Amino acid sequence: MAARNRFPAGLELPPHKALALQHGIQPAPEPARAFVAMDQGSGHAATPAIAVGERVRIGTRIARATHANGTPVSSPVAGTVVSIEEHETASPAGRGLCIVVDNDGSGVVDPACEPLCWESMPPYEVLARIQDAGIAGLGGAAFPAAAKLGAGRAHEVTHLVLNGAECEPWICCDEALMRERAADVLLGARVMLHASGASHCTIAVEDDKPEAIAALRAAATDPRMQITAIGTVYPAGAERQLLHAVTGMEIPHREHPPTVGLLCQNVGTAAAVARLVTTGEPAIRRIVTVTGSGVGRPANLDARIGTPLAELAVACGGYQRDPRRLIAGGTMTGRALETDEVPLTLAVMCVVAATAADLAVRGAEMPCIRCGDCARVCPAGLLPQQLHRALLAGDEPLLERHGLVDCIECGCCDYVCPSRIPLTARFQRARAASSLRHEERLRAAHLRARFERHERRMAEAAEAERRAFEDARRRARSERGG
Amino acid sequence: MRFETSAAPHVIAGFSVPRVMFQVLLGLLPVVAVQLTLLGPGVLLQLLVAGPVALLCEALALRARGRDAGPFLRDGSVLVTAALLAVSVPPLLPWWLTALGAAVAVLLGKHVYGGLGYNPFNPAMVGYAVLLVSFPLEMTQWPTPLGQSQSDWTDLAHLAWQSFLSGPAAGGPDWDAYTGATALDALRTGLGQRYTMEEIFAGPAFASISGSGAQWINVAALLGGLYLLARRIISWHIPVAVLAGMAIPSALMHLVDPGAHAPATFHLLSGATMLGAFFIATDPVSAATSDHGRLVYGAGIGLITWLIRVWGGYPDGMAFAVLLMNLAAPLLDRYTVSRIHGHPRR
Repeated sequence: MAARNRFPAGLELPPHKALALQHGIQPAPEPARAFVAMDQGSGHAATPAIAVGERVRIGTRIARATHANGTPVSSPVAGTVVSIEEHETASPAGRGLCIVVDNDGSGVVDPACEPLCWESMPPYEVLARIQDAGIAGLGGAAFPAAAKLGAGRAHEVTHLVLNGAECEPWICCDEALMRERAADVLLGARVMLHASGASHCTIAVEDDKPEAIAALRAAATDPRMQITAIGTVYPAGAERQLLHAVTGMEIPHREHPPTVGLLCQNVGTAAAVARLVTTGEPAIRRIVTVTGSGVGRPANLDARIGTPLAELAVACGGYQRDPRRLIAGGTMTGRALETDEVPLTLAVMCVVAATAADLAVRGAEMPCIRCGDCARVCPAGLLPQQLHRALLAGDEPLLERHGLVDCIECGCCDYVCPSRIPLTARFQRARAASSLRHEERLRAAHLRARFERHERRMAEAAEAERRAFEDARRRARSERGG
Repeated sequence: MRFETSAAPHVIAGFSVPRVMFQVLLGLLPVVAVQLTLLGPGVLLQLLVAGPVALLCEALALRARGRDAGPFLRDGSVLVTAALLAVSVPPLLPWWLTALGAAVAVLLGKHVYGGLGYNPFNPAMVGYAVLLVSFPLEMTQWPTPLGQSQSDWTDLAHLAWQSFLSGPAAGGPDWDAYTGATALDALRTGLGQRYTMEEIFAGPAFASISGSGAQWINVAALLGGLYLLARRIISWHIPVAVLAGMAIPSALMHLVDPGAHAPATFHLLSGATMLGAFFIATDPVSAATSDHGRLVYGAGIGLITWLIRVWGGYPDGMAFAVLLMNLAAPLLDRYTVSRIHGHPRR
């Protein structure tokens, strides 16, 4: 295998991870009232399957998935459903439907949560259990794990790659997990191999995490598992860049990893699968990094889904030094939240309470001087300055030719731009607009096809009627003649 | 608690246009220092005229275009244009020509196209080329470097001051004593008069390689350029391509016909070679943008400069070569688009 262990371009960034890593994973207090978002980050909200006033236990399914790329949701606490309402969330829209559960503190677990004898189960059943447990990608996308594993099985993939790169500044929940719960990661990997049909697994970790690598190697007993150190370059954790670094292969334009025999999952997702098979616990918690110069004691918390971020901040010593921005995710791609009254979801890896010192003063935007620094760092091999020109000119074919769809929105071009042009935000908007247009075109094409089908059917029916009429007349005439 | 919102990324590197431009100005210091030492204080006079005139024109143009002048005057790009023009022209140029060159550079080279970032041509070279074709005499009068004539530094200072205020005619009887052909001039004239290369190189304009003025200015520009490379203000592609584009054909021709062609070392250390390779051709706005495109762009500049020197009508060709390749840059950009991740190789 021609593994080069790094991909071209990218950035070396200050990590800011040591602070939150110094104390190990700490359990966060259970919320007195959990706000369970129906959209855990995939963009496809589940539908509540419970009524206000009903009692639930830890792990009780309270919402079912109504979209192929969505997941069911389970209750993270035991208690009573007090309302089902729109609430502020960490989603791009800023709001979303939540089931609000008052925690009675009893800690009673739903009896349906039972360990799985996964080794004796057929893979499809393991996949069904993973989907039913609501396990989704914990690397930030919250894409259903079972759907990805199932796609891998359908494409007969051979190689599972677990993403332990964690390239973005501040975020270190996966590093803490790999250091302290390496056995969970490896068990999850074995279950994933079984479920996907892949023959071997590589756990890829950036080489600035030697403790994590050592812990994984110490826990690895299965010969199908390989732990690989990759170069510490942002964005090494982006799926396409990671797979390129590990295997030397590029995922073709507009395709997904299974088409080239690869499957990629986050190490946190693997640990969640391990928890499901050993205890039966569905996706009701995650490790989240709470950090930034704006919190008293940065730490990695093992927290229940639905816990308001404000309570997580309190668990980390509260705010200090006047934090200006609250970022869900890292400082390169994270979303600045309007409020800390949003609940933890599966997609929130990290919360950075950033003070002015943690943030960059952008200054006024200047015209592009075509210096080409953006092209030099773009991990997707794009020419951001040319893209930006095409964007300003509104030239759609040129945007297409320069690969707007191939932009991974990593922010590298923004980071280096001496003219302080907000490239990533503009590309994001343009991508959204272009995919909307694309969908509209698809819908228009679909409607036109339906209309044409209808017209054809009508014409055929009229023709058949006309023929039947003619036949009848001919018959009548011949009868009369005969 | 409520927080401010802003689009990602939330951090950026410390680079900014003014800092880039300031570094370029720093890189020019060795060139100014060598000119000052060997050719007298004329270069300072040129800088003192070109800088303020360029700033004034920038301010007027921004005002006329209804833009806020503040951030653009502070970005430093106009000072870089002025400084490049000032170190490129002969130190004896009368002030009104320098002022004209600076005004042309800023107004016709930059603002008629929409200002910073939009100029297809290198503004300093537009100014330089207009001066060269309009005032060929004044633009080729270089003082004889110290050590190659009887003059001392105070003579050169006196000469520069006189010429600066009243033009070359005011230089008086000393004029011919203190000015002389540059090595490139001498080579062109000598070859025209069918002298051999040995005879030409034995002439007064050729101390060691290419005349003590040109060669030390080129060495200084090389040092300044290496500083820019080390600070990552420029990438290696354009300078290396310019030097290779000049060195390879000149070395080949010297090998084939040493009697009619100067060696590559002479060309590399003559005229505006190093200044052009590291400071002028590397202007990102008017250059090609991809690394491949920049290699072709730089090689074209080196080759065309050499062609003009050997067969053209001017002793040096850097300004014209840069302008010609500026014209080709959009085409180069079109044909050197890099391969996007996940796309097939083209």
